[in-house]
Amino acid sequence: MEVIQSGIGKLIQPPDINAFREWNRRKSKALVDKRMSEAEAVGRFIHDGAYIGTELYGTVRCPMSLVNEIVRQGVKGLRVAGQGVFELDMLLAASLVKALDITYIGLEVYGVSNCLRREVESGRVETCVEWSNAGIAWRFKAAAMGVPFIPVRSMLGSDTFKYSAAKVVECPFTGDPICLLPALILDVGLIHVHRADKYGNAQIDGISGFANELARASKTLIISAEEIVDCEHFRRQPDRTTIPYYLVDAVVEAPFGSHPGEMCYLYERDEAQIKEWVEASKDEAATRAYLDKYIYSVRDHHEYLRLIGSERLQSLRHKANGGQDENPCA
Amino acid sequence: MRTPVHEAEPQALAYNPTELLICSAARLMQDNATTFIGTGIPMLAAALAQKMHAPNLVAIFEFGGTGAILDKLPLAVGGECTFHRALAASGICDIVETAQRGFIEFGFLGGAQIDPYGNLNSTVIGDHDHPKARLPGSGGANDVGSHCWQTIAIMRQDRRRFVDKVDFITTPGYLSGPGAREAAGLPPGTGPYRVVTDLSVMGYHPHSKRMLLLATQPGVSVEQVLENTGFELLLADPVEQNPPPTAEELRILRQEVDRDRLYI
Repeated sequence: MEVIQSGIGKLIQPPDINAFREWNRRKSKALVDKRMSEAEAVGRFIHDGAYIGTELYGTVRCPMSLVNEIVRQGVKGLRVAGQGVFELDMLLAASLVKALDITYIGLEVYGVSNCLRREVESGRVETCVEWSNAGIAWRFKAAAMGVPFIPVRSMLGSDTFKYSAAKVVECPFTGDPICLLPALILDVGLIHVHRADKYGNAQIDGISGFANELARASKTLIISAEEIVDCEHFRRQPDRTTIPYYLVDAVVEAPFGSHPGEMCYLYERDEAQIKEWVEASKDEAATRAYLDKYIYSVRDHHEYLRLIGSERLQSLRHKANGGQDENPCA
Repeated sequence: MRTPVHEAEPQALAYNPTELLICSAARLMQDNATTFIGTGIPMLAAALAQKMHAPNLVAIFEFGGTGAILDKLPLAVGGECTFHRALAASGICDIVETAQRGFIEFGFLGGAQIDPYGNLNSTVIGDHDHPKARLPGSGGANDVGSHCWQTIAIMRQDRRRFVDKVDFITTPGYLSGPGAREAAGLPPGTGPYRVVTDLSVMGYHPHSKRMLLLATQPGVSVEQVLENTGFELLLADPVEQNPPPTAEELRILRQEVDRDRLYI
């Protein structure tokens, strides 16, 4: 296959699929209790310089309790797969990110991310490699398939390609140019789900974003869950297991773990809290004050929830259920 | 917003530029058509179109929602409203692969800059490695512009946004002109279709693939459109007048689509 064009972006995490196979071979397949706190999960598995990825869509199902703990522990020099809103804003606000495979970091209806601007324009984020949303998801898919690349028709002809680490080749079957995306294997993946058992089996209700792909592309996977249920719950409906236990290294119970983001069928996003962050993020001192108040000054997720207040949290839950409907998936 | 509220004729309805953009975009949405909906104004336009002329508009959201009934206004492309009473809830790979197989007819997008060939920038202003302003990046925009059969851009129109050369091609339009998309390997027969702004509605010349002024918005002259475009704009013959939002469109938009006035 002839390489027609190579993106000039750095391949931040080269796809070593044989090493990935060896890693997966050594990983325990035992049904053991993997429950632990955010502090233990982050402390044990996320080290300075790690390549991490979060799975979510917009403000939906953000693994916020885990991300807040990364900020609290100050894990430095992170390399990050950048599809995110609130959670990546926190990592950027705390200047913990060194390199980004970026597709979208912004505040959706509230516009551009001030933290992204400050960190990239100042050069504190040293490397920004561009991809499309599906491009990143397909890179995880290639890793999930156990192959080094995946051919796609996104990114062709654009500067998104030029500043990526993808390649355009002549397709050996059609002769047309086609874009090859390198598999993206994460050191650590972070996913927040509706429910999990103590072994790590996990279910997601509603749309699945790129959870299936990211879970299978992660060497180490930390799951946080709104609730921990008995394994019997999974054995009764195995067709609904999105993430099987053997992928998972840590299970963290985190009710309202996506706050101030939302969790479909359970609670709505906290618009007032999001607006408070949007305002704070415009200014470096106010950003620091926000982190102090909501992350550094609270010991853990439980203390964070107490700070937000149960009345406010319950009002979010009430609205999402329309005050009457049960979650159809529970 | 910059454009004043249109109240020139005594009997005319008052509306703001955002309402005008939403109504103009909604009219381009077709019943029973698979339509990729980006964040912001496309969401409101799709909700309005479903309540007007296109009850079976198939709204498709990047993170997995297909065929939602847009009763509540989504604030995010992954929110619960994007699969409220929908026909399917899957994930991003399924949605973009569906587009890549040729199933999605229309894609609605925004951007910070656009050029005469409909190339869009939402990545950086200035040099990529030393940017004046770092913008969010492609997100799904590059995927939408690569795979959907017809792409519609919704933007405000001025010389900073309508430029001869975008700082960064995040999302491919017709690239450098006729045949360029196909030469790059993009699916044949795809590309930009319309640009809807607060000043005009534009299409593309079938041969040169350059932007073509089709209609001016109510109360806007051709000269005003040209003054607010940073490149040579082709003119249709004749340039039409886009009709203003109707009382019914505005009533539904204000009372049903965006009751809390989050956008309008």
